[in-house]
Amino acid sequence: MTTRMPLISVEDLTVTYGDRIGCNGVSFDLFPGEVLGIVGESGSGKSTLLNAVSGQLEPAVGQIHYRTRLNETADIYRMSEPERRFLMRTDWAFVHQNPRDGLRMGVSAGANIGERLMGVGWRHYGEIRSTALSWLGKVEIFEDRVDDPPTTFSGGMQQRLQIARNLVSGPRLVFMDEPTGGLDVSVQARLLDLLRGLVSDLGLSAIIVTHDLAVARLLSHRLMVMQGGEVVESGLTDQVLDDPQHPYTQLLVSSILQV
Amino acid sequence: MSNSAAPSYNFAYLDEQTKRMIRRALLKAVAIPGYQVPFASREMPMPYGWGTGGIQVTAAVIGPDDCLKVIDQGSDDTTNAVSIRKFFAKVGDIETTEETERATVIQTRHRIPETELTEDQILVYQVPIPEPLRFLEPKETETRKMHALEEYGLMHVKLYEDISQHGEIATTYAYPVKVDGRYVMDPSPTPKFDNPKMNNMAALQLFGAGREKRIYAIPPYTEVVSLDFDDHPFSIQKWDEPCALCGTRDSFLDEVILDDQGGRMFVCSDSHHCAKRQAEGHRGALSADPALETEEVAP
Amino acid sequence: MTEILRVENISKSFTLHVQQQAVIPVFEDINLALSAGDCLALTGASGAGKSTFMRMVYANYVCQSGQINVRHQGDWIDVVSAAPHTILDIRRVTMGYVSQFLRVIPRVSTLDVVAEPAKMAGMEVEEAAEKAKSLLHRLNIPEALWSLSPLTFSGGEQQRVNIARGFVTDYPLLLLDEPTASLDAANKAVVLDLIDEAKARGAAVLGIFHDHEARERVCTSEFDISEFRVKSDG
Repeated sequence: MTTRMPLISVEDLTVTYGDRIGCNGVSFDLFPGEVLGIVGESGSGKSTLLNAVSGQLEPAVGQIHYRTRLNETADIYRMSEPERRFLMRTDWAFVHQNPRDGLRMGVSAGANIGERLMGVGWRHYGEIRSTALSWLGKVEIFEDRVDDPPTTFSGGMQQRLQIARNLVSGPRLVFMDEPTGGLDVSVQARLLDLLRGLVSDLGLSAIIVTHDLAVARLLSHRLMVMQGGEVVESGLTDQVLDDPQHPYTQLLVSSILQV
Repeated sequence: MSNSAAPSYNFAYLDEQTKRMIRRALLKAVAIPGYQVPFASREMPMPYGWGTGGIQVTAAVIGPDDCLKVIDQGSDDTTNAVSIRKFFAKVGDIETTEETERATVIQTRHRIPETELTEDQILVYQVPIPEPLRFLEPKETETRKMHALEEYGLMHVKLYEDISQHGEIATTYAYPVKVDGRYVMDPSPTPKFDNPKMNNMAALQLFGAGREKRIYAIPPYTEVVSLDFDDHPFSIQKWDEPCALCGTRDSFLDEVILDDQGGRMFVCSDSHHCAKRQAEGHRGALSADPALETEEVAP
Repeated sequence: MTEILRVENISKSFTLHVQQQAVIPVFEDINLALSAGDCLALTGASGAGKSTFMRMVYANYVCQSGQINVRHQGDWIDVVSAAPHTILDIRRVTMGYVSQFLRVIPRVSTLDVVAEPAKMAGMEVEEAAEKAKSLLHRLNIPEALWSLSPLTFSGGEQQRVNIARGFVTDYPLLLLDEPTASLDAANKAVVLDLIDEAKARGAAVLGIFHDHEARERVCTSEFDISEFRVKSDG
């Protein structure tokens, strides 16, 4: 067997909000190319965990080690802020549930996609624009919309634009917070297909927070089930969903509405 | 003083403690070229937007021996320029002038004089919005962090947007510059025509934003580079015709509407520069007295 | 012949927490081994745990005790205790599973659905597409349907797409849950041919065949799972 090193390694992560526990003692490894789903109901701590792991919410206890492109291990809360911010806008991507949180609504689609490139020093307008056009194609937005602001886009298009804006810098790790939440079912299916294709074509690792077990089944290899800030069950996605062991997971799975 | 019975102002209106506070901010600003230094902006006897930031800076640096010139859109004779000159004449008994060469302190809104400034002069800019990143990032905490970490990709997003919407960088004033290879700075709403003059200028350049409570500076002989793209390099405005009054092709021109039949002319925005050239005998196409010599005629 | 699968002392029960902690025992202490070229039929009455057993081998169901060793790229790996990414690796190259239900992402074409496992196992895109086409041909899925999502197909068509997906890669170990159910005679014959071809190239096959005739034709041995049923204490 080839021994693989985890891309990100989370140890005993605890986030508190004053006296309240956001998430408690969470540990996991994410390997390159792996997609981890985090499921649980609202308030279960899954978004807290995502924010902490993605460097946006400093944990009270615990460590997050990230394996950089240089194959060095870095503790993301011990590195300097410039280093962390650079990592976050080059090596990492964060797809928000509400595209308005992840897009610049006041500038064109092309500028939204080009921002990360300009942030790492691209200074050739023609190259930035052609890269933006090619990414619009990848996320199935017509090229003639490149100069339109996202305010003129539908919700599904905005979400696809947000994905393009995030993936243009060639990140290795993508964080997604309810990426299909708030979309029509048909739009959701298209987005899921697109996401799955991009993740596997680009060999991305991803951590996806969702309350939708169907989304988790389609996108993630592995699943962590959270309740009350704790991980109550984790394992292969289909194993957790088809043969749930923990009472809470059984309740979640048995609560799915059948069409 | 016109009325000896009136209570006398402290020299240059501001009290000495306030001037010291502003000078400390100015020293810091000069030490970190292009960095926006917060300062405790005072209420001035005029509304925000009329140059309260510039006036406070001028009041903090001016002395009894100084000679003050004030221009607004390049002109010495607009209401704003006249009022500010009168203000300092009244509160400091300061000599004022319209001649760029004679002035030791020049307060400006929107223009840099066409005449090259010297090491003995200070140029004070009135600034409405000091933050160049504000257009795209509304959060002050975030823009400060971006300056601190030199994350300036966003500035190019604005220029990208210009090209994508207009085919060229359409920003013609408040065109962002990088000062001393470090801070990105808004040169106040001066036309980009004046940006090259800021680079390696012999005079000290001070910027005051009264409402936004920020001071920043460019020390003499500091590199100031206008941001651009490799395939869309920075360029300044050009006009098809010379100044209609003095015939120059090298200065920033204002369009003046002459009648309601579409008649118009282009004249120097720097009124002193234009007057000086005319006094030297230069003439444009629409000069009142074209007899002496017509420099150039519009095609 | 080389052993591919070795099941040792496995037991299974379900605990239903949502129904007053009801514990449903399924079977206990199963041991079996499977070698290359073997085709073992799991038998036993409905509810004896045939599908459950198969899902445990595929690591789809949790195993409470015992070991399920699979020979993966030359090494024995216990799927009961293996890390998730190891199991995914085994599923990618070593172990194929044809379930009774087709589960796919909406909007993906039938051709891509079938070619996908081959691509995942490292086959070139075009070769995978060719292989997928030839399987769809053999299984009599009309070419006009290939560009459509199989979600709109009839039950029998979906089942054949599922089978094509399972045979597009030459897995050393194949798990087939009722592969011939709901197929007409012609298509059933194609599936049995596919199984024979897999055995011939050295695959080990574990199957559930409701159909007696099919079992007779392809299976080399039978394993009655109901003998391991846990005696209910009442």
